[in-house]
Amino acid sequence: MAVSDPTRSFERSSDRVETGIRAPMQIWVLGLILLTMPAFASDFVIFQIMGWTFILGMIALSLTFLAGYGGMVSLVQMSVAAMAGYMVAIFGDSAIDTISQGWPWYVAIPLALIVAMIFGTLSGWLAVRTEGIYTIMITLALASAFFYFTRQNYVIFNGFTGFNGVLPPALFGVDWRGPQAFYYLTLFWAVVCYLAVLYVSRAPFGLALQGVRDNARRMAALGFNVTAHRVAAYTVAALIAGIGGILLTWQSAQISPGTAGIGPVIDILVIAVIGGMRHPIGPFIGAFIYVLLKTFALDALVAVGLSGERFQLLIGLGFLLIVFFSPDGILGLWQKLRESGQRDPLRDGGEGPR
Amino acid sequence: MSLAESVTDRLHRTGTANALELRGVSKMFGALAALSDITLTVRPGERRAVLGSNGAGKTTLFNCVTGDFPATTGTISFFGEDVTAFPAHERIRRGLRRTYQISLLFEGLSVLDNIYLACCGVSRSRFSFLRPRRDDALMASAERLLAVVHLEEARDTLVSALSYGQQRQLEIAMALAGAPRFILFDEPAAGLSPTERRDLIEILQGLPGHMGFIIIEHDMDVALRVSESVTMMHNGRIFKEGKPAEIEDDPEVQALYLGDGHG
Repeated sequence: MAVSDPTRSFERSSDRVETGIRAPMQIWVLGLILLTMPAFASDFVIFQIMGWTFILGMIALSLTFLAGYGGMVSLVQMSVAAMAGYMVAIFGDSAIDTISQGWPWYVAIPLALIVAMIFGTLSGWLAVRTEGIYTIMITLALASAFFYFTRQNYVIFNGFTGFNGVLPPALFGVDWRGPQAFYYLTLFWAVVCYLAVLYVSRAPFGLALQGVRDNARRMAALGFNVTAHRVAAYTVAALIAGIGGILLTWQSAQISPGTAGIGPVIDILVIAVIGGMRHPIGPFIGAFIYVLLKTFALDALVAVGLSGERFQLLIGLGFLLIVFFSPDGILGLWQKLRESGQRDPLRDGGEGPR
Repeated sequence: MSLAESVTDRLHRTGTANALELRGVSKMFGALAALSDITLTVRPGERRAVLGSNGAGKTTLFNCVTGDFPATTGTISFFGEDVTAFPAHERIRRGLRRTYQISLLFEGLSVLDNIYLACCGVSRSRFSFLRPRRDDALMASAERLLAVVHLEEARDTLVSALSYGQQRQLEIAMALAGAPRFILFDEPAAGLSPTERRDLIEILQGLPGHMGFIIIEHDMDVALRVSESVTMMHNGRIFKEGKPAEIEDDPEVQALYLGDGHG
């Protein structure tokens, strides 16, 4: 019962940003590159590669928040994201004007996020009564129920075809689907979600969530309602996933059952694991690798004379390799490299916090 | 009954009721009765020691009182309020606290953060999304508790780096968070050095007078110095109750508790 396993302690997911990523210099350089990227990168790179990375990163971040901080592996996050996307199409504008209500964006977007949060909360309410593999199973069941329901329901979700022509509002006269504008839009929300998770992780709610992960019984004996805390974590995660889902819908201008099919649902888990769950930057690293593989694996395979349809094989192999060498994902590898480079031979052995 | 009446009624009861009242409490693990038919009353501010050999049901008694495991039968009242059906966190929020025999601490957090978390649990800030500010009231009360258990120097140390004795002290600090009305100490002295034991006795004796507690303790010396009454348990039942001196001199207790050598 003791909370002694170092791999499952607060340290892995708390304030690594002060201690782990050494120099703020690196953050400035990364920030500068990200901010000026549209000046030197092609439209394809900023819209398709980076925009998609930020979006998938946000959705995977919602899983990292639940799994890394709360110990709850939820496979329903992509469905929650898709729910937000669907709601924007239904309450706002789309090419399917028999269903879409055409309400202004300032009604449609908040409403979409609220519906996504309710969906996420209800899923959480069902899932938190289970532990470990059963949480995975019940959320997978919810995700597939959502997929089949949206595919068969034509009255609300327009069945197999879903909605196309779902465009962001032309706020401030900007075409937010233009590559540069969309790049900054997704970058902005990715940074907001990232910083919010980082901040909350050291606030009472986040600390308590990690406490619940490490020892639920002890938390109850401190006056915390463990179930309520877990459900609330699903609500927070649903908001993050919902923002990602709306942006995802705008990026492809469409939403359909396939957006949250079983494949994409699992992909979110893969992204979160590849990146590493010990820090909220992990899902974005994972998303970047995933998007690169997804985009270029086909060409790479054809270049070496293999059939292009096998690109999933590369993703799977990459996943296997990363999990094999570091269960903590890329972040774990990074950590190992830094530690082996910095090890002080005089003070060997102790894996201190600083 | 009108609302006003029920409130007065409740205040009245709270004022005069026992801190803890157990009636016919039993706990079954399958066919095994870990506790059978425990009836026990403790006055507000009373300090009681629970003695008994291993397996006598002392810790199970604590688990039933705090709600870690619900009792199989019987009722439990806390300051006049029937808490039998309450989950653990509701009992804690009403002023009940406990420590654990094996320290249950958050090892990846600093000492101060552990106490801070305990303070959050019994406040309305437990769902707060805002980080504590410099003048945060809960952080300030956490700092005060740090001083109560003499852990000031270890303030920012990770719990995993604490000595065993310091971890035990931290357990006590976490039980003192908020406004405890009654505390259950589960073998707080176990494994402590003689010096640490002295410190522990000092801390327990220094608790405010209204703060009653039950202490499970194998060390008679500690138990009898901090308590004014003793409950002796054996095989899940209450075997004897009385003043420390009576219990100490009771031949039956000596035979049972101190073993053949003394019997």
